This record gives sequence, C-alpha cells and structure tokens, in this order.
Amino acid sequence: MGGCRVKHKDRLAFVTRGLTKSYGEGRSTVHALRGVDLDIPEGEIVVMLGASGSGKSTLLNILGGLDRPTSGTARFRDIDMGCLSDEGLTKFRRMHVGFVFQFYNLMPSLTALENVELVTEIAENPMPAQRALELVGLTHRLDHFPSQLSGGEQQRVAIARAIAKQPDVLFCDEPTGALDSATGRAVLEVLDQVNAELNATVLMVTHAANIAGMAHRVIRLVDGQIGRVEVNKTRLPPAEIEW
Amino acid sequence: MVSPLDRKMLRDLWRIKTQAIAIILVIATGVMLQVMMSGLVASLTETRRTYYERNALAEVIAPAVRVPETVLGRLAAIPGVARVSGRVVGSALIDVPSDPVPIQAQAVGLPESGVQDQNIVFLTAGRLPAKNHRDEALLLSGFAAAHGYKIGDRIDVVMNGAQRRIRIVGLAQSPEYLFVAAAGEMVPDPARYGVIWMRHSSLASVYDMTGAFNQALFTLTHGASEQAVIDAADRVLKPWGGTGAYGRSDLVSDRFVSEEIGGLRTMSRAVPPLFIAVAAFLLYIVVSRIVQAEREEIGLLKAFGYTNKEVGVHYTKLLLIIAVAGAALGCLLGVLAGRAMIPIYTTFYNFPFLVFRPDPASFAIGALASVVSASAGSVFVLRRIFALTPSEAMRPPAPADYSKTVSLKGAVGRLLDQPTRIVLRSLARSPWRALGLSAGIAGGMALASGMTTIYGAFDRMMNLSFTVIDRSDATVYFYSPLGEKAAYELARIPGVIAVEPFREVAATLKLGRKEHRGSVSGMILDPQMVRAIDDQLAPIHLPDQGLVLSQALADILGAAPGDMLTVDVREGRQPVLEVPVTQVASSLIGAPAYMQMQALNRAMSEPNRISGAHLRVDAARAEAIYQRLKDMPTVAGVSVAENARASLQKLMDQGAGSARYIMGAVAFIITFGVVYNAARIAQNERARDLATLRVMGFSKSETLFVLLGELGLITLVALPVGSLAGYGLSFAIARGFSSELYQIPASFDPFSHGFSAAFILCAAAISGLLVARDVNRMDLVSVLKSRD
Ligand SMILES: Nc1ncnc2c1ncn2[C@@H]1O[C@H](COP(=O)(O)OP(=O)(O)O)[C@@H](O)[C@H]1O
Ligand SMILES: [Mg+2]
Repeated sequence: MGGCRVKHKDRLAFVTRGLTKSYGEGRSTVHALRGVDLDIPEGEIVVMLGASGSGKSTLLNILGGLDRPTSGTARFRDIDMGCLSDEGLTKFRRMHVGFVFQFYNLMPSLTALENVELVTEIAENPMPAQRALELVGLTHRLDHFPSQLSGGEQQRVAIARAIAKQPDVLFCDEPTGALDSATGRAVLEVLDQVNAELNATVLMVTHAANIAGMAHRVIRLVDGQIGRVEVNKTRLPPAEIEW
Repeated sequence: MVSPLDRKMLRDLWRIKTQAIAIILVIATGVMLQVMMSGLVASLTETRRTYYERNALAEVIAPAVRVPETVLGRLAAIPGVARVSGRVVGSALIDVPSDPVPIQAQAVGLPESGVQDQNIVFLTAGRLPAKNHRDEALLLSGFAAAHGYKIGDRIDVVMNGAQRRIRIVGLAQSPEYLFVAAAGEMVPDPARYGVIWMRHSSLASVYDMTGAFNQALFTLTHGASEQAVIDAADRVLKPWGGTGAYGRSDLVSDRFVSEEIGGLRTMSRAVPPLFIAVAAFLLYIVVSRIVQAEREEIGLLKAFGYTNKEVGVHYTKLLLIIAVAGAALGCLLGVLAGRAMIPIYTTFYNFPFLVFRPDPASFAIGALASVVSASAGSVFVLRRIFALTPSEAMRPPAPADYSKTVSLKGAVGRLLDQPTRIVLRSLARSPWRALGLSAGIAGGMALASGMTTIYGAFDRMMNLSFTVIDRSDATVYFYSPLGEKAAYELARIPGVIAVEPFREVAATLKLGRKEHRGSVSGMILDPQMVRAIDDQLAPIHLPDQGLVLSQALADILGAAPGDMLTVDVREGRQPVLEVPVTQVASSLIGAPAYMQMQALNRAMSEPNRISGAHLRVDAARAEAIYQRLKDMPTVAGVSVAENARASLQKLMDQGAGSARYIMGAVAFIITFGVVYNAARIAQNERARDLATLRVMGFSKSETLFVLLGELGLITLVALPVGSLAGYGLSFAIARGFSSELYQIPASFDPFSHGFSAAFILCAAAISGLLVARDVNRMDLVSVLKSRD
C-alpha cells in the first residue's frame, strides 16, 4: 500500500471523483454508476438511499474494495484505491473494513462464536470475539449454528463479525432488509453504538427512507449518480425511528 | 487452539462424509493394488535371491557326455571360478501306477561325501540317502504331493533303459527345480515331471559314469565374467562332448520364475497406475464440485481480507486429508493383501519361505499420485475462483439463465411433462457439469469392461491354443532323434488315428545383440495338428527356406520379416546357421520359431530325423495307447493335451495371471465408488432446486424424478464412451498380463461390455435409492435457508 499514498489535508474517509461502473458490452451494457463525486468525512454515519438498481451496492462494493470501478478515482484516507493491486485491496479490507450483508452470509458450518473468530483470527487489533457478540446482545447463543438462529440473530452475528476487528469503516448493505421492525431497530442501535464507541465510519445502504433519520449525512443515488446530499442537524436515536 | 478455519474444514469434511469415504475407498483400492503388486514383485525377487544364495545355486552349468573326474582340476583353474563340482544327471521315467502315461523325470547325483556345497537341496521331510543303500532316494516335494507319495514308499523308475525300484527316504525342494516342466512342455507342472536325488555312486553305476561326471557346476568369484567362464568351460569340455555351458538365467526353472516375476512386474507397472489414474480423475471431479459449491464462502472469506493463499490452503487441506487418508488406507490394505497372498505364492513358486517385503517406492508412488491429483484438482478449480472479484463471488446465487437452452416448443415439447423439461433443461444449461460426471462414470465403465474383457481373453487364449493352434491329443518325445520309420511304428499302435512327426532342435537364436535360448520347431508341410497361424487364424504355409517367428519371439529379438537370424544349434553337430525371417505368426503360448522339417534337417545335415510326433487318438483306447508308449524304450515322454491344458489353466490361475481376479474386484469397487459419487454430487448441487420444487407443490416422486432422470441420462451417455475407452484399455492390460509364457489376446468382447454396463446400471440404481432416501427426508426450510 506504501506506493499508493497521496498527500491531503482534509479529514475525509472517502473521496471519489468521476467514478463509473458498467457491466457487459455493446447494446446490453448496464451503466451502474455514471460519474460519482463524493466526500465522506471520518466518523460519520452515512446513509445511502436510492431505488432498487440505482447503483447503491455497486458503489458500496467499490468503496469496500470488493470491486473496481470502470473509470474514475476513489481514495480512502491517504490511499489511492485504484492504484492498489488485488493483494493491496485484500490487505485494505483486512485492516480497515467490516461488512454486513442483507443475507447475513454466515458460514453455515461454523457456530456464532466461530463465525466471529474467523475474522478476529486475521485482524490486527481485534476485540475478543465474545465481547463483539456481547455488543450485539448475543452472549447466550455463542455455540449455535446459523441454522439454529433466527434471521435477526444471524444478522447480529454478522454485525459482531464485522465490528470485532474494530474496523475504521463499516459497510452495511441493507442490514435490516430481511428483518422485522423490532429486530431491525435493535440492529440499528448496535450500529449507532459502534459508531459512537469505536468511532468507526458507518456506510449504510438502504431503501427505507426513514432510517435516514439516524444518519449524520444522507446521500441519494439516482440512476448511478449522486442526486442530493443532506446533512442532518439533529439525529434521531434509532429507538425513535418509525418503521 | 484449532483455528476457526480448520474447524470449518473439519465440519465440511463431516458434511460430505459419505462422499469422502467413497473417494477414500476408491483411492485406497487403487493404491492397495499398487502396493500389493509391487510388494509381491519385490518380495519374490528378494526371496529368490536369498534362496539361491543360501542354497548356493550354481551360477554356470556345463553339461557334457562323459567327463573324467581328473578334468575337474582344469575346470577349477578357470579364472573367475570359486568352486566347481561334477555330478551325474540322467533322464528317467517314473512309472506311476495310477497314471497311464510314463512321467519324465531327472535323476540327480548327490555328493558321495554327503557335504553339498552347490545346489543344496532343502529337505522338507526325512533324511538324505545313506551310504551303502543304493536304492535310497529323495523325491521332489511338489511331485510327491501331486501323486500322494510319502516317505517309505517305493517307486519304479526306468533309468538308462533299465527298470529299478527305489525307496523314498526324504522329500526335498531345490532352488534348481522351483518349476519343473517335461521336455517340450511349455508349461510347468509339478505332477508331470519328477526329480529324484540319489548318491553319486548309485547313479554313476546306472549311467556308466564311474570315475566321471556329465555335468559341472560352477560358482564364480565376485565380479567374474559369466560369459568368460562359459567360454572357458566350453573349451575345456569340448573333447568330452560338452553341449554348451549356460548361466543360471538359462536354467529352465529360473526362466519360469523370471517370466512369472517379470509378468507380475510388467503388470504392476502397467495396470495399477491405470486404476490410480481413474481414482485421481474422480477425486479431481469431486474436488472441483466441492470447491465450486463453496463459491459464496470463498467470496466471503476474501471479503474479510483472507488472501488467495489462505483460502487456497484451506481447501487444499481438505482435499489432502481425503487424499492422504485414501493413500494411507491403501498402503495398509496393500500390505495386508500382500501378506494374505504369501501362502499362495509360496506354494506356487515352491519357495521354502517367503517374506512379504513391501516396496517403499510403491508407498511413495501411491501417496504421491493421490496427493498430486488432489492438489492439481484444487489448484485448477481454485484458480478460476480466485479470478473472481469478491463481489462477484458474493452475488446471491444468480437465477439460472434458461433462456439459451434447448427449445422445447413444438410437437416434441408438448409430449414432455414439466419434470422432464426440467431434467433436459438443466442438462442443457450446464453440459460441462453433466459431462464431468459422465466422464467419471465412463472411467469406471472403462476399467470394468477392460478387466472383464481380460477374463474372457484368458479363456480365448486357452481355446485358441488347444483347438486352433495345437489340435493334437498327445505328443510323444523320443530320447534322441530317430529315423522317420519311428512315426510308422506309432501309427501302427491300435487306436492311433493320425501321426504327425516333428523335429525339434535346441538352439539359441540371435539378432544383433539380442538372443533367445529356445528351440526351432521343424514341421511337416501343411500340418493338420500343430500349426503356425497368422492373425486371421489362418494356417501359415511354411516356406522352403527361412523361419517363421512367433510374435512373442519376434518381440524378444526385435526381429521383422527380412531380418537374418543367427541360429546357434545346441545339439548334433552344433552348426551355426544364418536363416532369414519370412513371416511373423501369432502365437499364444511360449515363443516358438517354425521351420519346414525338411529344411531344418537339411541344415542340420541329419536327413529324415524326427524328435517325436503329435498324435490323434481314439479316446476310448487312449489308456491302452499310453500304456504301450510307456513300454517303448525310445519314448522319453508323452504329453497329453488335456493335462497340458489343465496345467496351463493352473498356471494362469495361481501365477501372475491370478492378479486378474483381484484387479477385476478392484475395478468394480472403483466403478461403484464413481457412480455413487456422481449421484451424491448431483444431489448436493440440486438440493436447493429440489427443495424449491417441493415448496412449489411437486410431489416427492416428481422431485426425485428430476434428480434421478438427470442421473440416468448422465449414466446412459457414459456407457458407450466408457465402453470404447475400455476396449482401448483392454489392449494395455492384456499387454501387461502377457509374458513369454503366454500371451493374452485382447479383442472386443460383447459379453464383458454388456456385463459391465449392467453392473453400472445396478450401481446407479442402488446409488439412486440411497440418494432418494435422503431427498425424501429433506427438511425444506433448512435447505432453503442455508446454502446446502
Ligand atoms: N455483475 C453484474 N452484472 C451485470 N449487471 C450488474 C451486475 N451487478 C449489478 N448490475 C446492475 O447494475 C445496476 C446497479 O446494481 P446495484 O448496485 O446492485 O443496485 P442497488 O444495490 O442499488 O439495487 C443494476 O441495474 C444491476 O442489474
Ligand atoms: Mg443492492
């Protein structure tokens, strides 16, 4: 990563300029992103809203180092992500990033605790796996396999797994998409808490507009472009979010 | 602490346990075969070496007519000779009352001093003949066992034309007579050839050898040249009727042992690797499927920041555990099976002892083959997965795109119900997936049909040998070549239907640096009983000049029609002939060379001589005929076709050929493993689809039909392909089983292919039932919720 450093004076986690991403070729090309310029400050909860297919996941994947843009630049702190090799991206994810997915994506053959340990194993400065599960309120289900957990519990294991490494950035793609309102709120509370206690930047994709109330910043994506960016003067605690 | 990744691996292993066990067994049987076969080869080679050494088997044998004992000093002075002794050896006929045919035998002198320093006999019972008891003798254990002789029994023996009654005082084995075969017989048979040992003085008086010997035995000093000693001995013995000294490897017994061990060795090199290759291929297919099914998890691991290397190591470990377990089990089974074979081989080879010593190289080969194929499989598959970006690998399983598959519209389409369409579409959607499974089953089919073809080929070899090539009922051998009228005498015996004289001349055939110690068969023009045939089974018309070589001999010498052979004759005036090869005949037993009898006799300058005759006899009077032959002083032996056939069968069933039964069993085990795995793979990969079908309201049987229909089609495609491959494979296996003793002809054998196909269909049905049980018990919710 050393060779990809760039000088800067801001306190921004991510900066993108002219980011595009297209899939396929010829007539069937899909332009998922059409030039995204975006600044995301450190330590904020940023909610990304947009219709289905507007490119939210694509953007999230690129920022998370899971995918590469077709053109444009993306910077994380002082690292030029476009300059990173595959190994560099792997290292970036390993050191800085946590992911939470809509479908949990737990390893079915590992218990809740082991799923978290899977990450603490390779992280540089992890918290104990037990503690991560404590944060999401799952101390009593440590030895259960995913198939023995409810959807909300699985999602909380996924969050514990993501925060256990004490990441600088937490990416959440529709974390509450498959959950009912009570469990959804509980999950949001955990995310809020992680942001406050670990000072992690949280980037959350959702299509539920009311979740935007708990964000510092709300970004709307329309057809692969940034539509509007709002900064919330006052944030709602997750418990008060209407579902 | 065990890392979570390792724990995941162990649980994954547990999840695929039945499949893992099937693969482990497949690999294990392949490795077992390798370890057992090469272990047997190593053990037999080592046992033979030890036995020869312990019992001081002579390294050079020099026969002569009659050599005064005073010459021994000159023989001992030959450079390179460590020890020399002279003994009397004579041919004899044993009259076994229960047997109508006189049995050929050899009488061998034991040193008068009682101290054996070369060719030491191994007493299995009794004692050595005592001084002053001229009728005491040892009898070869194998012969005694075959005829039920015990110590104390008396037998009638004709030696040098005179009948004598001897008393058995001991039973013996000897490294010199591990295998015995009567003159002219291709196949050794302990019942058809006897060996008796008597004191030198007793035999000397019988064979007129008092103060003389007719065979010198040499042990060489370390590093001495065998050929130099042979040449020197020939020079010394020339005035005494030396007929040519020869090395240990030209000893009849040793040649059989070498052929047998050589046969086993060829086989152990040719056949087990084929089995391991199929097992490796299966491992590769299963491995690629397991890794493919883990696509999502791999993406996830990569998303967390696990490197390609870490992920690769994780999956490679899983495969290595399977491969190593298979190899280890195979080594263990191989040693056990080898041990179990020891008694059979000890009896068959007439070794007094045999230690099973596994060949360390075979462990390494077996382990390496499975480990390499496992890692190669994983590397190949993982490389494709690594090429994916994590986000791609993570995308929820894309709904399969059926838009580009076969069009099922129109008249044909309307005939198909929904489940059938699903079967056809899923096959058409991922033909490679289906083809991979098909190829695995085809590999099993190839092994099974290849091996069963070999069973048939052994029978075919027997039938061709005794109904097409040699159609005689019996063959008579004279002590020495006689005039042609001897044949008329045979013809006059009542019940003899036809007589076909032949001339057989011992000779060494040479081409360039290659040579073969054997004989040349002189045959009458257009013989009716024993014939040279071409590969269309048509009799070959022997040329006025020149030799027709059997394929086996042509292979040994590297000869082709047009080549000029040097024929170094070992009897009579011992001429050295230059004879062209005119044609190559297909032969199945031995490595004969054919020539017109007239031409052979002319070359020998011995006109109108015959060595014996093939007979066709009236079965009802056969007993009487053999009795008459037994009483004829000119007859050295009679070989009855029926007996020869039985001893060949025995050789094939107990010697190197017996390996075919084990290999056949292994082939079928592997085949079953392959089919079962194919069924499991299909089931695993379709679990989600099957559950979805059930959720949508399809019945259990309709759902099963989708799975089993696919499996059935995959199997049906595999059968013809495997059959074709098996046809090719049978030639390779047949070559492995062929030796100088007999050659196995591979050919298309419909029965073998039908049988193997039936076996695979049964295996598929059984696997289908096993899988069906699981599909019927499937918990829909859990299948849909989790990946598997
Ligand atoms: N691997 C892919 N191949 C082709 N098209 C894709 C791929 N991934 C995403 N897309 C397309 O890109 C667009 C944006 O997708 P995505 O970022 O997943 O949207 P969102 O998450 O906002 O619903 C969609 O039209 C989608 O079909
Ligand atoms: Mg999305």
